[in-house]
Amino acid sequence: MTRFDNLLDSVGGTPLVGLPRLSPSPEVRLWAKLEDRNPTGSIKDRPALKMIEMAEADGTLTPGCTILEPTSGNTGISLAMAAKLKGYKIVCVMPENTSEERRQLLRMWGAEIISSPAAGGSNEAVRVAKEIAEQHPDWVMLYQYGNPANALAHEQGTGPELLADLPEITHFVAGLGTTGTLMGVSRFFRAAKPDVRIVAAEPRYGELVYGLRNLDEGFVPELYDADLIDTRFSVGPRDAVKRVRELLEQEGIFAGISTGAILHAAIRQGQAAVKAGESADIAFVVCDGGWKYLSTGAYEGTLDDAEDRLDGQLWA
Amino acid sequence: MAIEVKIPTIMRTFTGGEKAITGEGATIAALIEDLEAKHPGIADRMVEDGALRRFVNIYVNDEDVRFLGGLEAPLSDGDEVVVLPAVAGGSH
Repeated sequence: MTRFDNLLDSVGGTPLVGLPRLSPSPEVRLWAKLEDRNPTGSIKDRPALKMIEMAEADGTLTPGCTILEPTSGNTGISLAMAAKLKGYKIVCVMPENTSEERRQLLRMWGAEIISSPAAGGSNEAVRVAKEIAEQHPDWVMLYQYGNPANALAHEQGTGPELLADLPEITHFVAGLGTTGTLMGVSRFFRAAKPDVRIVAAEPRYGELVYGLRNLDEGFVPELYDADLIDTRFSVGPRDAVKRVRELLEQEGIFAGISTGAILHAAIRQGQAAVKAGESADIAFVVCDGGWKYLSTGAYEGTLDDAEDRLDGQLWA
Repeated sequence: MAIEVKIPTIMRTFTGGEKAITGEGATIAALIEDLEAKHPGIADRMVEDGALRRFVNIYVNDEDVRFLGGLEAPLSDGDEVVVLPAVAGGSH
């Protein structure tokens, strides 16, 4: 179905496209799920809408409410779009080392932005948002890191779509941030097709992001359940940029930098399958397009230049 | 059997400021024991009650050791080990 009564109804139902040139062999195939084809251009439209719908259903969110959310961009943009259409106000807590495009987009959709310190990255945004929530008990923090609706959106949407389009799927690869995509899709496959391997790609940032972290004050999202993951790759900016450029050059897909990290993990998984003499159908997520990251410098110059420019930025 | 281990800023007080150190061992547990002998105090920052600390991640050739057998994850000559604090990552 391609006709919808309104924009919110059109969330999900994204295309799955094969990557004949980047696939490691004819028997080991890569498939990209184009989540940039959602209304605000990212996968986050799915959890954002589901979190709002469930908060409305249980009475947490009522007309005129203000939504508060720690976000490095995409979830905030998705929430702001839905909030605008549904008549809520929204305040986003965002690390200051995130791209200018994301800030402009958030403001356009009507969000108020509160900056959190660069050092500590998203952990700091979460901490600051929790403090603000205490000062404003009437604001509603949907809290994507701990809200079951985040994972449920993928369990009910992304997972079933993948199985319908690719019944032969053997691996699913996605980014590990809030962990919602991986948790939800994994729950679906653990029940529907338990032999599907769930692979996480975790961005590895520059030292600034980890620098001040006390090892006792780390952060693991409340949604995370390690039993739902089979392999977890850490991917640095160099590999992410290299892959995101290959995706455009070889397959014509213009994706955001985090997708490069996910593709890198998908290709490594594919190479392992080739080495083991196994066939595989590996589906991975294209989280968003590259538009919001042009100013980071990831798409121009040498890999060394790009790596230098991304140091200290929250590029995923 | 030399293995390079990258150390996060917060743990460099144990390495005299070195970003990367080398160690030996056929498993992560053995490697940590070797590192402790050279840099006393460092093991306690990674291991607690016989398991990896909750907010510490260790990767072998970019793969999280929790999915490779945890402290018993095997190591080979030339492997690269990275230690990092857990953070919230991803474009969310």
